[in-house]
Amino acid sequence: MEPRPETETNTSAKGLMLRAASASSLTLGLFAALTVGLITLTWVFTKARIDDQIRQAEIRALEEILPRADIDGSALYDNDLLKTRISIPVNKQLGSRTTAEGYAAFKGDTPVAVILPVVAPKGYSGAIHMLVGIKADGTLSGVRVTNHKETPGLGDAIEIIKSNWITVFSGKSLDNPQQKGWGVRKDGGEFDQFTGATITPRAVVLAVHNSLQYFEQNRDQLFQQGLKQLKQTRGDAHGQPDA
Amino acid sequence: MASPTPEAREITLNGLWNNNPALVQLLGLCPLLGVSNSVVNALGLGLATILVLAGSNLVVSLIRHQVNDAIRLPVFVMVIAALTTCVELLMQAFTYELYQILGIFIPLIVTNCSILGRADAFASKHPPGAAVLDGLMMGAGFALVLVVLGALRESIGQGTLFANMHLLFGPVAKSWSVVLVQDYKQFLFAILPPGAFFFMGLLIAVKNIVDNRISEAKKATQDKPSTGSKRVRVTGTVS
Repeated sequence: MEPRPETETNTSAKGLMLRAASASSLTLGLFAALTVGLITLTWVFTKARIDDQIRQAEIRALEEILPRADIDGSALYDNDLLKTRISIPVNKQLGSRTTAEGYAAFKGDTPVAVILPVVAPKGYSGAIHMLVGIKADGTLSGVRVTNHKETPGLGDAIEIIKSNWITVFSGKSLDNPQQKGWGVRKDGGEFDQFTGATITPRAVVLAVHNSLQYFEQNRDQLFQQGLKQLKQTRGDAHGQPDA
Repeated sequence: MASPTPEAREITLNGLWNNNPALVQLLGLCPLLGVSNSVVNALGLGLATILVLAGSNLVVSLIRHQVNDAIRLPVFVMVIAALTTCVELLMQAFTYELYQILGIFIPLIVTNCSILGRADAFASKHPPGAAVLDGLMMGAGFALVLVVLGALRESIGQGTLFANMHLLFGPVAKSWSVVLVQDYKQFLFAILPPGAFFFMGLLIAVKNIVDNRISEAKKATQDKPSTGSKRVRVTGTVS
């Protein structure tokens, strides 16, 4: 073939390819924008509801962690937990990465218990979010998992709806069991692991133990903050008898 | 576009039996084996998969003339990923408890090859109506196998059936739970992943036996085998 036409076809082929490539990238870019837009729309539409759902689940969990009725039937505490929030700064013992909210329970002005948001960072599939209720004397009133991504059928036995394993913590404290007992049986502790899943319960036990230590060190500061919050919310209902 | 659009009846049969994504194409095994340990888990993921599959088939079919061959796969993946994310957000907003149970397996719907497979093999070549039906039926075929596997593994592994169904259907379903054997010692093999492979293999074997019986029965009545069994291969290729 003659050299001339060949170069011509070459350049036009190159131009064609370039045009096709830019058309393709444009389409790709357009779809990227469209799909991101779709997700953003859904997110904006559902965000408030999702936050609300998470909050609702938390409220239900709060009353399970810290039952309002004491053993003898009288009220254990008489304040509104959701209105007596305490802000808890980022802390390694609690596994938190952002400032989180806890709750304080009072009877009159007497501190009764706190509920702390605790994150177990070493779950099998990422962080396990929990709420840990600790009474003023340092015993656990209850623990519940609020959010996790553990394996269905194995690690998810930490959820109360799947098994009652999580209730073993009630009544435990830093002295009960002693330091050595705060682990799963496989590690020489006294808490059961699950068949097929050790990492998940190990992470939960460790996180609960850490939160007890945190409470012991920060007890007074937590209740002071709670009491301040309590008095502020009571401020508007000043004239009424404080029951 | 070259192949004629199959009839609704054929699409349905294909999805549910002849070309079942789980039993014949063996696609989407990861979530299939992962969450088939109880009926409620299986049904939850099955429904979410049907939703994504029908949605992605619809979108892919609608855009099939606008997207050229070079970029069709990345575009399909983007569509599927976006739809899955939307389903995840919606489930979080409206069925929060169910979302909590299924956890990681909802985002993993993106990686279910049967979805990309249907988008490429069917939806990109056929009009929206047929594509949606194909998505629904393929999804239903997948969900069906999931639920059967879930029922097998739950009953043999834990001695119960339909436990925790209230997570999906609300408080009404609390009484649905059936205890098959009292004080059943768990049969761990059925609950763990190896058991999933085992029961999956059994299901495939059963399907093959049934298929063989059908084709033998057909041979007996007709001199020549009908096209029925051949169709499986024709539509079953997934590029």
